[in-house]
This record gives sequence, structure tokens and C-alpha cells, in this order.
Amino acid sequence: MNSISTQGIRKVIFASSVGTLIEWYDFYIFGSLATVIASQFFPKTNPTAALLSTLATFAAGFIVRPFGALVFGRLGDLIGRKYTFLLTLIIMGGSTFAIGLVPGYSKIGFAAPVLVLLLRLLQGLALGGEYGGAATYVAEHSPENRRGYFTSWIQTTATLGLFLSLGVILITRHSLDADREASIAKFNDWGWRIPFIVSILLVGISVYIRLKMKESPLFSKIKSEGKISKNPLKESFVHKANLKMVLLALFGATMGQGVVWYTGQFYAQSFIENTCKIDFEQSRTILIWAILFATPFFVVFGGWSDKIGRKWIMLAGMLFAVITYRPLFGKLVAISDTKNKTEIEEKMVIKTTRKLIGKTNDTLRTVVVKSFYKEGLSVSETKTDTVYAEAGKTTLKPDVKLSKILDTGGYWQMVAIVFIMILYVTMVYGPIAAFLVELFPTRIRYTSMSLPYHIGNGIFGGLTPFIATLLTTIYTNDKLVGLFYPLIVASICFVIGILYINNRIDPDVND
Amino acid sequence: MNSIKKFAGIIWILAGPLAIYYLIKTAVSEIAKKPVIDTKIQWGVFIIIFIPIAIGIMIFGYYALKGEYDQLPGNSKEI
Repeated sequence: MNSISTQGIRKVIFASSVGTLIEWYDFYIFGSLATVIASQFFPKTNPTAALLSTLATFAAGFIVRPFGALVFGRLGDLIGRKYTFLLTLIIMGGSTFAIGLVPGYSKIGFAAPVLVLLLRLLQGLALGGEYGGAATYVAEHSPENRRGYFTSWIQTTATLGLFLSLGVILITRHSLDADREASIAKFNDWGWRIPFIVSILLVGISVYIRLKMKESPLFSKIKSEGKISKNPLKESFVHKANLKMVLLALFGATMGQGVVWYTGQFYAQSFIENTCKIDFEQSRTILIWAILFATPFFVVFGGWSDKIGRKWIMLAGMLFAVITYRPLFGKLVAISDTKNKTEIEEKMVIKTTRKLIGKTNDTLRTVVVKSFYKEGLSVSETKTDTVYAEAGKTTLKPDVKLSKILDTGGYWQMVAIVFIMILYVTMVYGPIAAFLVELFPTRIRYTSMSLPYHIGNGIFGGLTPFIATLLTTIYTNDKLVGLFYPLIVASICFVIGILYINNRIDPDVND
Repeated sequence: MNSIKKFAGIIWILAGPLAIYYLIKTAVSEIAKKPVIDTKIQWGVFIIIFIPIAIGIMIFGYYALKGEYDQLPGNSKEI
């Protein structure tokens, strides 16, 4: 009943994956452009706007996603998978497009941050409903011996969405003017809107493709037999027999998967940029290359899980992460560290510029010191302070920014390290859609699998960069202290997974 | 194996209140250190979302202790 022709399943995978990829792209561009968006909509000078900025970051990413899982999961189990994940795609695409059109704070004032916050909340809500629908839809079309392989294509979309968002942003940033600096200035002014507006075209194509698809055969079957759940939320989270499986999915699989996912892709990039002080573009292209090389492994591990089971592949990914994160992040620090490198002192360049501030006689002084090392690394230190006309008055704390450009060897070593971390992501994430689908019955599958996924991925995973960074501000002596959060969560999840999860592949998801 | 699962259930039950205590203690000290609205929202969100999760792990531990995970359902009719 649930298996269709190879050509048919390819269409199903394509239709589902393209839409899910676009949803991830839409969700990530906001995060990737957070600094530019903050300057356009959430000026720090206005405390209420700054407050809305914090809400936009936290509420949309972490609170609204599980609510989206509940709202759309319920809908998916009541009216069907196809129309529900079509709806999430339209909401996501519409919100993204609208963010690109909202006038800035300087034009419409306080309405700007309020509108952006509301649209960001809609994005979070839609994302919460999308994944469960796409994974369920593909799994319910798949033959039992290839469920891991076919659903793993859906698993590639989160990473490819990040890849696409980084790529579109970098290309747009450099395409607006022949002069590099002018192009970046235009991007920060209005060009950042392009990645948002472009989304509507992608969503339009995806909606067209999805409209042509049929409802999941398993859902259609139980609907025709009148076996649809009357209250999916109650059956999922109140009935003990199902609630215990939801808790097992969360604590034995998705919470560990979430932290490994976010540490390997988001925290690694943030660590390279902010702790290792690697240049803006290098830190992003390192991630782009690593994603490009590692993405095929989602399908490799998804397919392999059809042969040996889901459990051990996912848990091995968590275990490797726990054992190797500290040495891997330590190596990132060592590559960028200048203490063990030899400076070519005669090549040092110092450039000082001064600019009058307004109508005063004070000047803004910028001193750029560029140092070069024999190993090929170069470091730019930009110190900005105010030189006061009034005698004896000095800037208390000059603004100092450090930016390092890696040599080719160091650059590719970092790519290799991030690649290894994303390989762990492919291990924990590749088989997880099939694992979750097999855990729950058809009549409440969408609701039951969406919530643990979004708590694990959205809350445990999504908070990784914040909590890790927070730990580094509390315990300032250890650069790697931020890793304790993913290490502890992944370790607990590993132990629960080992003890309680079954490696059995459910041969029948028709029930 | 089943006795290890049950024994570990006690650890998960204890992990819940321990996590809540540590979370609130850290939130109070961090807000006291930097009492600005951003810090309050940030820690408020952490408390709102992690307390239900901590209760969830206690329920999970209780089920484990009661032997609910000794035999996982073989098909959906058992759910």
C-alpha cells in the first residue's frame, strides 16, 4: 500500500524537499542577517525596539516552533499532510517576502520593529509545522526497506537551506557595485532585502509543485476507513502509552541530535568568527565548503540505517561528538593563534586616518595595524578612539577589532575540522526522520513526531550558540567552556538512547 | 538490563529538580549581576521553556522506574 514506483517516490521526495529547503532558507536568512536587520529595525538607541529585537530572536526560534508543531501537527492529523505542509510553506514564504518589504525604523518608526517581530513569529510557527509534514509524507510513500534512505533526502534540506542562505547573502553582498566596499555599503543599506524578496519566487515554484502532489496514501486510507484521530493532541500527549514514546523520542534521540546539529554548524561558525577572530567571509566560506562536502553523508547514513537500524548510527554520532569536540575546537584555536607563529616585522603596515566629528573640533581616529606571519597568516587590528580637542581629555576604552586572514593550509585545516563536525550531524540527523516516523501510529504521527523534534532541535539545539556563548562570559578563562552545554546534553541523550531505544526497524508504518 | 533501566529512572527523576534548582540559581545571580531588560528576558525565556522540560524528564524517569520501557511496543496497536 505504501510503496509506489521509483519515479513516483522521486517526485514525492523532490516536491517535499524543495519546499522544506526553502522554508529553512527563509528561516536562516533572518538569523544570518541579524546584525543588518537590527540596524534597520531595532536601533539600540530606542530601548523598546531593542527589547523587540531580543524577543524576535528568542521567541521566534525557541518558543513559537514547538507551538507550530502542535498547531500544524494537529491539523496534519485531522485534514491531511499535503494541505498542511502547503499551508506552512505559504505562511513562511509570505512572511519572508513581507520582511523584505517592511520600511525601516527611520521611515515608519515604531511600527517597523513590531511588524518584523510579528512576521518573524509567523516564520517560527510555520517552521514548526513544516518538517513533521514533509518527513511523514515521504515516509508514508516509501517502501519499508528504503524508508531511511528516502527520508534522508528531507534531512539534507536543513543543512542545504543554511548553505543556500549563506551563498545568496555572500553573492548579493558582492554584486551590487564593482567596488567591494561600495557594494557592502549598498547591501547594508537596501541590498539585504534581496534575499528576502527572492524567496517569493522559490516559494511560488514550490507551491505549484506541491499542489500537483496527492495526499499520503496511508492518511487517505485511514480517512476513508474513518479511523482519523478525533483529538490528536490528547491522544499524543495525554495517553500514557503514546506520551512515554514522545518522551523517549525527545530525551533519547532529538535533544542530542539538536545540540550536535547546532554545535557543528552554528556554534562552530560563530566560534571561528568571534573566538578565533577569523575574517567575516572566510568564516562563512569555511562552513560553506564543509557543508558541501558533508551533505551527501545524510543520504549515506540514512540508507545505511535501513540495513543496520537507526539507533547505533545516531548514537555513534553523539558519542564521537562528545569525545572529540574539545580537541577539535582546541585545534581551531591553535590554527588561528599567532603565539606559535613568526611575524615578519618589516612587512607590518600601520595606517592612521582622522575624521572630524560633527561640528566639534574632536576627531575620530582609526589606526589599522596589519601584521604578516611567515606561515601566511595576516592579522588586522583596527583601533578606533576619539581625540578630544580639550587638553587632558582622552577616550577611556578605545574600540579594538581583530580580524585574521588564514593562509591556505590553515583555511583548509579548518574546513576539514568543520567537515568532521558536520559528519557527526549527518550521523545523528540522517536516520532520525525514519526513526521518528516508525515510533508513532499514522493517525497521530504528524503531531507526535513534530513536538519532540522541535523541542530537541529548536530548544535544545537552537539555544546552543546562546548558552555556549553565555558560559564563556561567566567562565572567562577557558575558551572551550561553551562546549560543556552540548557535551552534557549529548552525553545524557546517549545514555538514555543506549538504555531505552530499540534498534528494531518497524516493517509496517501502515498502522 | 531491565533493572538498570529502572535504576536509571531514579537518576532521571532526580535530574529534574536538580536542573530547575541550578537554572533558577544561575538566573537569579546573572540578573543580579546585570539587571537590564535583555538579561531578564533571556533568563525568563530559559526558565519558562526549561522547567516543563525538566518536569518531562521526571515523568520519563517515573515511567522508567515503573518498568514502562522494559518492553517497547511492537506495533501501533499497543500504543
